[in-house]
Amino acid sequence: MEITVKLFAMFRVGRFAAGTYKYRDGITPADIAGELKIPEKDVGIVLVNSRHAKLDHRLFEGDTLSLFPLVGGG
Amino acid sequence: MDKIIRVNMADLSTRIEAVPAEWAGLGGRGLTSTIVAAEVPPTCHPLGPSNKLVFAPGLLTGTPAANSGRLSAGAKSPLTGTIKESNAGGTAAQMLARLGIKALIIEGIPKADTWYSLHVSMDGVAVQEETELVGKGNFAVIEALEARLGKKTGILTIGPAGELKMTAANISVKDPDSKIRSHGRGGLGAVMGSKKIKFISINDEGAPKVPIADPEKFRTASRAFAKALLDHPVSGEGLPTYGTNVLVNILHEAGGLPTRNFTAGQFDSHDKISGETLHETIAARGGKTKHGCHAGCIIQCSQVYHDKEGKYVTSGFEYETIWGLGADCCVDNLDDIARADNLMDDIGIDSIETAVMFGVAMEAGILPFGDGKGIIRLLEEEIAKGTALGRILGGGAGSVGKAYGVTRVPVVKNQGIPAYDPRSVKGIGITYATSTMGADHTAGYTIATNILNVGGFVDPLKKDGQVELSRNLQIATAAVDSTGMCIFVAFPALDIPECLPALIDMINARFGISLTGDDVTNLGKYILKTERQFNIAAGFTSEHDRLPEFFKSEPVAPHNAVWDFSDAEIDEFWNF
Ligand code: SF4
Repeated sequence: MEITVKLFAMFRVGRFAAGTYKYRDGITPADIAGELKIPEKDVGIVLVNSRHAKLDHRLFEGDTLSLFPLVGGG
Repeated sequence: MDKIIRVNMADLSTRIEAVPAEWAGLGGRGLTSTIVAAEVPPTCHPLGPSNKLVFAPGLLTGTPAANSGRLSAGAKSPLTGTIKESNAGGTAAQMLARLGIKALIIEGIPKADTWYSLHVSMDGVAVQEETELVGKGNFAVIEALEARLGKKTGILTIGPAGELKMTAANISVKDPDSKIRSHGRGGLGAVMGSKKIKFISINDEGAPKVPIADPEKFRTASRAFAKALLDHPVSGEGLPTYGTNVLVNILHEAGGLPTRNFTAGQFDSHDKISGETLHETIAARGGKTKHGCHAGCIIQCSQVYHDKEGKYVTSGFEYETIWGLGADCCVDNLDDIARADNLMDDIGIDSIETAVMFGVAMEAGILPFGDGKGIIRLLEEEIAKGTALGRILGGGAGSVGKAYGVTRVPVVKNQGIPAYDPRSVKGIGITYATSTMGADHTAGYTIATNILNVGGFVDPLKKDGQVELSRNLQIATAAVDSTGMCIFVAFPALDIPECLPALIDMINARFGISLTGDDVTNLGKYILKTERQFNIAAGFTSEHDRLPEFFKSEPVAPHNAVWDFSDAEIDEFWNF
């Protein structure tokens, strides 16, 4: 299945900003972060289709996954 | 010895007073709000003789405590009609603190049509007539004063907007690089202008160090505090790298980035104005990607932005400004936004109010959405010059909405709603609605917990827990605003258990007292209640704690969320 993955802030460094990739069924944000060598503890915010989700959220065909480190501002 | 300095512009007299016992434990917002509530008649005209303009450094300002250099300014706001505190970095707070000035209170209005300046030093305060710099922009004022009084001079100044008493006018503070930080919100620059004060210069030569009752305890606590700031990923890494503008992409992804005058929650060109792009642009052009707005800031969320030729354009380039002119006005050119930011600094006008205002002005048809050059032109040719149109624009979002019959006007208590859509980030909607200051994201920054997973998580799209979250944060923020701390210490304070106790220990060591966490919470509650009491006496009721109607009736994409709190649910906020 195809999933759009978006990376932000320091996660982009040496990786990519956004892309659509093929993944196996049942994959989770944790699995994708792992494939991208992003340590789970560095993941601050996970959004799936613009909603907050957990690292073990089950992804489906056509989903958009956005991964952010813990960042903030104001 | 700490003192209160009073200046009465009606007769140009000055007075130095001892600090009354009941003000001794207060600083920053706690003190400005207490003084305004005690001494300003709530129903007075904000630009009339009864209003007072109060400056107060925070409780820890002037000490070596990290990030403690903020200055509070308070008065009755000409924009909102409520009590107002607006705090800023820059060099003035630490100088005033070293001079032992707990508060500078400016009263009255001169009889004659003459402009003045104040000069604050070890000798007290001197009132002088000013002619040379009247009508000048803030950058020219700073340059001329450094030539006149020396590079080290601290400066608080108003630009043309403040002189013209525009209700979006701010008060500018010189930063360590002779650039500008602002007491942005609430039109306090107009209050300073109404008192005919063009600038306040400060010389702290000969001032002693700020006394610390228990230096050893202070050192230990301040080390633990600084460690917490540097250890937290937000304050230790994200903010110094990307600045506050890192939020553009996050709010876009979460569907809470107000776009095209609050008609959508996502902006297609978000990446062109994002923190990531800002960072790369600054680095490529040889600007500074991190920078502190005052000495002793170890977070350094600020930056220095250069143009393509490598020349300075602006600094302290914040998310709210970039969001407002960017997404809300649909301008996707960072250089245009940076140029507008510089102009707003020079004119002395709030970059949040003005950005929200331009969104309404575009809706009104004054200029098309996306017209960055048009924004620059209106700033230079209308607002800076105080033309008839310029005065309407300089009155902020509400003023333009009224003049042009626009119904989608994002304001609460007539103050522009900042960079988070309250329909899809519901906690911040409660803060906008109930803040004693009018719409203000900094009053209780629920974005931390709604969006950023700091201090836990409360789902931004649901109503559950939002009132309590906003209440807790507003109480804590009122207290933090009294310490002189930059509000970004809240990120580690919410997550790292050692952080808040270290902050309280520093206050205790500074004054030789023994506050507890409960005392600090009670201080926050006292401040909010004092401010609310002022507003009630000024004619505000719970009916003013509401968001504009369109948030209820217009769903916002991508979540098609609406503002769905009942009045009774909002009013629960004040049950403490
Ligand atoms: S973190 Fe940013 S706002 Fe806070 S004191 Fe430092 S530069 Fe100023």
